[in-house]
Amino acid sequence: MSNILATADATAALPEIFLAVAAMALLMLGVFTDRNRTDLVNTLSLAALAVTAALVIFTSDGGVARSFSDSFIVDGFARFMKMLVLFGSAVAIILSSNFLKTERLDKFEYPVLVLLATVGMMTMISANDLIALYMGLELQSLALYVVAAFNRDSARSSEAGLKYFVLGALSSGMLLYGASLIYGFSGSVAYADIARAATSGEVGLGLMFGLVFLIAGLAFKISAVPFHMWTPDVYEGSPTPVTAFFAAAPKVAAMAVFVRVMHDGFAGAVAEWRQVIVFISIASMVLGAFAAIGQDNIKRLLAYSSIGHMGYALVGLAAGTQSGVRGVAIYMAIYMAMTLGAFACVIYMRRRGTAVERISDLAGLARNDQVMAFVLAMLMLSLAGIPPLAGFFAKYFVFLAAIEANMYTLAVIGVLASVVSAFYYLRVVKVIYFDEPADEFDAAPFEVRLIAVAAGILALGMVLVLEQLNIAANAAAASLFL
Amino acid sequence: MAVSAAFFYLFSAIAIASAVMVIASRNPVHSVLFLILTFFNAAGLFLLLGAEFLAMILVVVYVGAVAVLFLFVVMMLDIDFAELREGILQYAPFGMVVGLILFTELALVVGAWGLAPEITQVIAAPAPSAAAQVSNTEALGQILYTRYIYFFQMAGLVLLVAMIGAIVLTLRHKEGVKRQSISEQNARTPATAVEVRKVKPGQGI
Repeated sequence: MSNILATADATAALPEIFLAVAAMALLMLGVFTDRNRTDLVNTLSLAALAVTAALVIFTSDGGVARSFSDSFIVDGFARFMKMLVLFGSAVAIILSSNFLKTERLDKFEYPVLVLLATVGMMTMISANDLIALYMGLELQSLALYVVAAFNRDSARSSEAGLKYFVLGALSSGMLLYGASLIYGFSGSVAYADIARAATSGEVGLGLMFGLVFLIAGLAFKISAVPFHMWTPDVYEGSPTPVTAFFAAAPKVAAMAVFVRVMHDGFAGAVAEWRQVIVFISIASMVLGAFAAIGQDNIKRLLAYSSIGHMGYALVGLAAGTQSGVRGVAIYMAIYMAMTLGAFACVIYMRRRGTAVERISDLAGLARNDQVMAFVLAMLMLSLAGIPPLAGFFAKYFVFLAAIEANMYTLAVIGVLASVVSAFYYLRVVKVIYFDEPADEFDAAPFEVRLIAVAAGILALGMVLVLEQLNIAANAAAASLFL
Repeated sequence: MAVSAAFFYLFSAIAIASAVMVIASRNPVHSVLFLILTFFNAAGLFLLLGAEFLAMILVVVYVGAVAVLFLFVVMMLDIDFAELREGILQYAPFGMVVGLILFTELALVVGAWGLAPEITQVIAAPAPSAAAQVSNTEALGQILYTRYIYFFQMAGLVLLVAMIGAIVLTLRHKEGVKRQSISEQNARTPATAVEVRKVKPGQGI
C-alpha cells in the first residue's frame, strides 16, 4: 500500500502521460513567450501527437496491459481506436491553422485544448471502470465546450458553446445517475465486477435502470437519436475546423467507450441492452436520412449525416458479436476519414475572404475547380455508401454482422434509410456538376486541399487497403472477446 | 467526556442561532457573516466526531471559497434585500409546512437506515481500524495518492481545462489600460521624474 510504484503502475498509460505533459509544456510555452507563438505551438502539438502515436504502437507488446489497479486497460481495441483519435485530432489541428488565422482566432490555447481533449478521449477509450470513464469523458467534453465557443465575439459560436455545455451537463448528469445506480446494484464500478452482477436473464430492475441511463448519456456523446438535438446547432455555430474536429475524433472515442462498456461491463446481458441499441440505431438512421433532406446549410447537412452514420455504426454494436465490433471499428475508421475530407471541402469554401456555407454556393464547382469538385463528389458518394467507394464497405461490414446475428429487420431498415439518405448526397453532387456556376472560390491553403484530396483518394482506393484495415479491425475486435 | 459534551452543546447552539440569524438579519452582509459562523461551528462538530479532514475541508472550501464568493456577490450586486423580504410572514406557515415535511422525511430515512450484510465485502478501500492509530486525513492520503492517483490526476487535468477555458473565453487585453509596474516606479530618479521650469511672473506655464 505504501509503495507508490507497486500500486500505481503507470507504464501502460505512458502515451497519455506524455500527451498531457506535452500539452502543459506547450501551454507554458504559449504563456511565457511574448510574441504570438500560435504557429510554433501548432507545429509542436502535431509533433506531440505523432510521438504519442508512436508510443501507443511501440510501448505495447501486442497483448493486454492494465494500470492503476485495473482502472486503465490497453488492449488491441484501445490501440486501434487511439490511433484513429490521434489521427483525427492531428488533421483537425492542421485544418484549423490557416482558418483560425484568417478569422483572427489564432490563439495558442486552441491546439492546447485540442491536445487535452485528446488526452480525455484516450483515457475514455482505455477506461476499465465507471469512474475512469467519467473522468475521461468530462476532460474531453469540457475542452470541447470551450473550443465550440472559441469565436467568442460571434453570437452563433457562443450560442453553440452554451448549448453544448448545458445539454452536455445534462447528459453527464444522466450518465452519472446511471453509473451510481449500477454501482449501487452491482456493488462495484469495475466493468469486470459489473459483468459478474449482470448476467443474462437475471438483471435486476435497478441495474436495468442504470444501464438505460448510462446508454442515454453515451448516446448523447455520439449524438444518436433521441439525444441528437444539439448536433445541428453546435455544428453550424462552431468555427468550421472545430466542427470538423467534433465530427471526427470525439465520435470515435465515444463509440469506443460505448462498445467497451457494453461488451466488457454488460457482456452477460446482451439481450437486455440490445433492444435499446436497436431502437436508437433505427431512430438515428431514419432521422439522419429524412431530416437532412430539407437542409441548405452544408454544415447542418453534415451534422444530420453524422447522426445517421452513428446509427449505422450502432448496427454493428447491436449485433453484439465479434464481427459486429469489427464492423464498428471499420465503420468509424472510414467515417472519420470521409468526414474530415468533407469538412476540408467546407473549409475550402471561401469567397472574397469570407466563409460561405450554403449548398447553393457549391453550384457549378465542377467548371471552376475540377479537382475539388471531383473530390467532394467522391466523398459525398462514399458517405452515401455507393460501391465501390469506401463508405460502401463500412456499411457492408455492419450489415453483414447484423445479418449473421439474425437481425434482418435492422439490416433491412438500415439499407432503406441509406437509400433515402443517398438523395441528399446526390443532390450535392448534382449542384456541383449540373447547376449554373456561381463565382469562383478563393484559392485554398495547400494543406486543406491536400487533406481533401487524400480523403478523396482514400474513398476511391479503399478497395486496395481493405484487407489490411479488416485485419487490424479484426484483431481489435478479438481483443474485446478474450 | 463532560468537556466534549459541553463543546457539543456550545457548537450546536451557536450553529443553530447563527443559522437563524442568516435568514433573520436585515443586512445581507451580516447574513453572509453569520453563514460563515455557522460553517465554523459545523466544522467544530465534525472535529468532535473525529472527522478532522471534513472539518478542515468545510473551512477551506465553504468559508474560504464559497462564502467569500457570496460576500462578493452580495456586495457587488445592487439588490434590495429588504424589498425581497417583504411579506415573509405571509409565507411563513407554508415554509414551516415544507420544513416539517422535510424533517419527517429525514427522520424516517435515518430511522430506517440499514446496510445490506454483503456490503462489507465490496468496500474497495476499507477504513483502517482504530488500533492502527491512523488519522482519517492520513488514511485518505494513503489511498488518494496510490490506489486513486489516476483519478486524482485526471481531476487535476479537468480543472486545468476549466481554468484555460475561463481565461480563453473571457480575458480581453484592452488597449490603453494603465498598469502598475513596481520596477519602473523604483527605477525613477529625480532626473526622470522632475522637470524644472522657470516660470515668469504673471504668465503661467
